[in-house]
Amino acid sequence: MKEDFESVEVSFEGSRRSFLKQVSAAGLGAVTLRMLESGAVVAAEGASEAPDMLAVTVNINGKDQALNLDTRVTLLDALREGLDLTGSKKGCDHGQCGACTVLVDGRRTLSCLTLAAMCDGKKVTTVEGLAKGEELHPVQKAFVAFDGLQCGYCTPGQICSAVALMQEARNGDASYVTGNVRTVGKNLKLTDDEIRERMSGNICRCGAYPNIVAAVREVQKV
Amino acid sequence: MRPFSFSRAANADDAVRLGADAKFIAGGTNLLDLMKEGIETPEKLVDITRLPMTTVSAIRGGGVSIGALARNSDTANHPLIRQGYPLLTQAILAGASAQIRNMATNGGNLMQRTRCAYFYDIAMPCNKRAPNTGCSAKEGLNRHHAVLGWSAACVATHPSDMCVALAALDAVVKVRGANGAERSIPFNDFHRLPGDNPERDNNLAPGELITSIELPKSPFAAKSYYLKVRDRASYAFALVSVAAALETDKAGRILQARVALGGVAHKPWRAVEAEKALTGKKAGEAVFKEAAEAAMKEARALEHNGFKIDLGKRAIVRALIRAAGPDGK
Repeated sequence: MKEDFESVEVSFEGSRRSFLKQVSAAGLGAVTLRMLESGAVVAAEGASEAPDMLAVTVNINGKDQALNLDTRVTLLDALREGLDLTGSKKGCDHGQCGACTVLVDGRRTLSCLTLAAMCDGKKVTTVEGLAKGEELHPVQKAFVAFDGLQCGYCTPGQICSAVALMQEARNGDASYVTGNVRTVGKNLKLTDDEIRERMSGNICRCGAYPNIVAAVREVQKV
Repeated sequence: MRPFSFSRAANADDAVRLGADAKFIAGGTNLLDLMKEGIETPEKLVDITRLPMTTVSAIRGGGVSIGALARNSDTANHPLIRQGYPLLTQAILAGASAQIRNMATNGGNLMQRTRCAYFYDIAMPCNKRAPNTGCSAKEGLNRHHAVLGWSAACVATHPSDMCVALAALDAVVKVRGANGAERSIPFNDFHRLPGDNPERDNNLAPGELITSIELPKSPFAAKSYYLKVRDRASYAFALVSVAAALETDKAGRILQARVALGGVAHKPWRAVEAEKALTGKKAGEAVFKEAAEAAMKEARALEHNGFKIDLGKRAIVRALIRAAGPDGK
């Protein structure tokens, strides 16, 4: 059995902790996620002594994933620590930066403020799930073409946010800078002011905003 | 975060039964953050997001009922709200970010807690978080704090934009108690001033669940505006916000006015004195200035927030000008 597991070390608050992590090469079986006293989330072997565990199934990037969760685990930690989907980033972990933005049932959502326990039966798309094979999503292509990034840490959140924004514009959803909300129709044309307002939940500390706006503007033209 | 048990309620009866000794969770955008900080430490969470309280629908008498579990973004963009209550649409869209509005529910918006930095810092005294420990903000950094209705015990402000519009629009909050009993709370009686009990944000009884928010038929759809003033252009809490609504006759005389303020008090602040100053007058900047003076007459500044009094007056005037429209009629 030993060869079914690999030893992984994570560092948290200066202490190094070892734990066993199941290698799920075939993607079979449930991943158990537990929270340490330090607050770190780890993928753990077998059943847990932790008092409050919950089994949920979440469809992630088109594939059903069975998760056995400490109830405290956020969707972000489940993705990153449990499923090795490290595209979604942990910036502030308090809903203030947008780096963790994913799509839940098609809507942009902060995965750091979402309990994984509340995602049973939901469909989650992360930045890893946007491309079709080698073919990048149009928003990804535009971010590359317009250099909509510098360090890249906020980029997965920016891209997921922009993907949802395109749908919101098609729906005719208003924003705070939309003139008269009583007369807005479908297929809203996004001005730069509209793009800035609608992307304001995604902070970029490098200040790549002009190029992010240019990328979003370009996607809308297509 | 402390461990907690987690259950899902199937209907409102189920929820109030499970919720007797638990916290309800829906959007989680505020509660989960507070749990991460160790400010809220529930032993049990009840997920209420699967309850059938997500619709926005017309009610008898020409009003609208908004489900407590409808998401903020869906509420803001619902045709009944956009057409009949554009002030509410604007206020919701002025708050938070698109992601958070997608997650946050209407009931949860009413339940969100202050963003006072001392309330969030568990190393500091705070009467709201830990009763009778003192208020760190009153003599501390209080630029963001209240200028109206504060007490020696607490100078925190209510953070919601949506609630400022609901206060102006005379909303009614429908709630269900643990015994299944339902009651209605007029919006301006829902949130509390701090007094000696700032730990209580609102007048809900323990275990009560918000089921819907009702808006009466509104004559204000054509002339209303929500103005939010903040430290950056978007995605920040209000320093001052104003929900302004006017009903005028053909000559431009104000038949009815509504003015409510955000960012200035422990609750969404209905500026009744400003409304009185407007009623019966011809809409115009001079009258709006009188109303602004009336609204801020009782304001008292702390060390760092005196600017909010002048800012509030100017914001009221500007919001009323925008509400009145280009011809003021």
